[in-house]
Amino acid sequence: MPEQGEHIVRSYEEQLKKLQEMVARMGGLAERQVADAAYALIRRDTELASEVIGRDGEIDQLERDIEQFCVRLLATRAPMASDLRLIIAAMKVSNAIERIGDYARNCAKRAVVISQQPQVGSMTGFQWMAKLVQENLKEAIDSLVNQDAAAAERVWAADASVDDVYNGIFRELLTHMMEDPRNITAATHLLFVAKNYERIGDHATNIAETVYYAVRGGALPEDRPKGDTSPYAVVRPPV
Amino acid sequence: MSTTMNASSMPGRPKDMKASAALGARRRRVDLIIRAACFIATAIGLLFLVSILGTLFWNGFSALSLNVFTDITRPPGSNGGLLNAIIGSLIQTAIGTAIGTPIGLLVGTYLAEYAKSTPLAHAVRFVSDILLSAPSILIGLFVYQILVVPFGGFSGWAGSVALAIIVIPIVIRTTEDMLRLLPDTLREAVIGLGAPKWKMITLICWRAAASGIVTGILLAVARVAGETAPLLFTSLGNLNWSLSLSAPMSSLPLTIYAYAGSPYQDWIALAWAGALIITLGVLGLNIAARSLLRK
Amino acid sequence: MESATTRLQTKAPMMPERASAALNEARLQVRNLDFFYGDNKALKNIDFDLPARQVTGMIGPSGCGKSTLLRVLNRMYSLYPGQRATGQVLLDGKNILDNDVDMNALRAKVGMVFQKPTPFPMTIYENIAFGIRLHEKLSRSEMDERVEWALTRAAIWGEVKDRLNSSAMGLSGGQQQRLCIARTIAVRPEIILLDEPTSALDPISTLRIEELIDELKRDFTIAIVTHNMQQAARCADQVAFFYLGELVEVSPAEQMFTAPKEARTQDYITGRFG
Repeated sequence: MPEQGEHIVRSYEEQLKKLQEMVARMGGLAERQVADAAYALIRRDTELASEVIGRDGEIDQLERDIEQFCVRLLATRAPMASDLRLIIAAMKVSNAIERIGDYARNCAKRAVVISQQPQVGSMTGFQWMAKLVQENLKEAIDSLVNQDAAAAERVWAADASVDDVYNGIFRELLTHMMEDPRNITAATHLLFVAKNYERIGDHATNIAETVYYAVRGGALPEDRPKGDTSPYAVVRPPV
Repeated sequence: MSTTMNASSMPGRPKDMKASAALGARRRRVDLIIRAACFIATAIGLLFLVSILGTLFWNGFSALSLNVFTDITRPPGSNGGLLNAIIGSLIQTAIGTAIGTPIGLLVGTYLAEYAKSTPLAHAVRFVSDILLSAPSILIGLFVYQILVVPFGGFSGWAGSVALAIIVIPIVIRTTEDMLRLLPDTLREAVIGLGAPKWKMITLICWRAAASGIVTGILLAVARVAGETAPLLFTSLGNLNWSLSLSAPMSSLPLTIYAYAGSPYQDWIALAWAGALIITLGVLGLNIAARSLLRK
Repeated sequence: MESATTRLQTKAPMMPERASAALNEARLQVRNLDFFYGDNKALKNIDFDLPARQVTGMIGPSGCGKSTLLRVLNRMYSLYPGQRATGQVLLDGKNILDNDVDMNALRAKVGMVFQKPTPFPMTIYENIAFGIRLHEKLSRSEMDERVEWALTRAAIWGEVKDRLNSSAMGLSGGQQQRLCIARTIAVRPEIILLDEPTSALDPISTLRIEELIDELKRDFTIAIVTHNMQQAARCADQVAFFYLGELVEVSPAEQMFTAPKEARTQDYITGRFG
């Protein structure tokens, strides 16, 4: 139900708009953090990396603000139906974005370490993965701002390809480490970075799920296409 | 907070303090004039009332003695009392009220609970209101025609019936008004328990309206206790001791009427005493009615 | 009962059939009901059920017909000439709109509590006994027992047990309303209709009544008309939304207030009506 009338109480309408704006701003910040962290890693730009690390506090602060604002709305407005779903979604999404911010900061920290190590393999996989994750994250945030359930559903389905790239990077790094133990430090950090990006992708999916619920009032089906096979990259678990 | 509408600006020109001060002075003058007029009118009314009561109390109390209550009316100069008149009044008022109250109560109930706003109800209400304000002498004449002439003489019965006819419209009016004051939700609550309508009326509505209805009855009693005109052609009055309702019967108003116009000083004094007794009785009933209604 | 927030956190799909908290089988069924005030059609083709021993909340703007519907269910409208209902209201397989229905017996089965407390001008004891005497002949001790039972079920026994013989008019508003509920349940109805029972009460008295409703639904089928959306959310198992004489939506309460099916419902409960 995207086309709704306005609330009779105008200040309530304004508060809900403000809430959406806060979440959108937070999402925009996180998108930039994710992009900059990837850039810093690939270009070995330690200056940019430390900028990313410094900016994370801003996201954390926004999360606290949104949470307080939501609690206030819940207490004072007793929201129902779509409004209730929007406010709950805002809390959950801000939570997810805060985690995304943390992962981006972690990537930036590792980018500083990695920049002091020899290059391990090519960074194309990372570039590709970062791009996919950024796109998903952007579309998830946009779907929230536009209250667009269809877009949210697309994001939710698109996570499989991120997982595919992650599996490729995992195998590649494993190979490098086996070839030459001197790669292990850098490769290990890179593994964590890849995992972080994979997690960011997961959170983008969670955001999409939340948005879908907020807009439609029903949840997406339980089984999401999952593609992370890295747990079985070396050995298969006994069936 | 508001964005699209400037809620704080009020329509109209800004206030001119000088103009509004002039306006205020004019208003105060008008207020003073009206207040003075009301005060003077009230004072005139009170003056009359106080002088009437004063004369009554002055003359009445001086004529009041134990004899008034223990002896019957006697020829002038023989130091009589008013006992037969007092008893006659009490009997006729009691019987008149006893006849008029149930009829009035039932008609009022009919109007409030059953007929409501049907054409018949409007007709009954109209007739009852005319009766309420009809000159009481007409009622006396009417009873004279239907009870005195056909049955060959004046009687206490005829007087009682005449008083009953005055009681009926008063009780109808107060009963209906009091029942109408009850909220419909009270009726629905009774019906909602599965009660038939007659139980609703007799067990709940009458009880809820009881103080108002009783007040109406008391006021009706007070009204008829002082009536002279309807008794003139019906119970006539009787200077002898008689408790027979088939014979002419004495009453205070009639006795006052007869004595006050007489040339004898002691009769005139007794008329004052009778007037005082009626006034005090009516006053007592009014006070009782008011205190009941307030509860 | 599952709260709305835990519902949100579960990942289970919110398809309507799984979202429905189990509603019991119907105790009273309304079918194709139309209602007229003279020539004015106040209810249009209403179809819905009151599930047994559960609370059905009826919400909607003023004049939407929710109170009217309540007054159809115990034939209260029959008191007023010019009001009539067509269609079916089935209680125990019998259409209570039929002309041959014994309305006093029906009202003993379908009790009603009103917006404003309506204590009768008599003692507290007599208030309760009045309704019982209309339908049953009880001995003095049986009557005492029944009065105590009713007052206890209405959660007011403790407050009035020492003054059963004083006037009911001396009770507070909230106590009077609980007395009225006690008076209604004393007749042992199967269905209780509540017409905005708390709109004249303060918040604490309101919560007492709500707690009472929750307690009573173990034994009674309850329908409550309310203007207070939060109250419907707190009390009801099933909620019906009426608008302009139509039944727009009937849903389990948790669905109604988290994800209603109809856009008009959503607009109303979120405060968006123009």
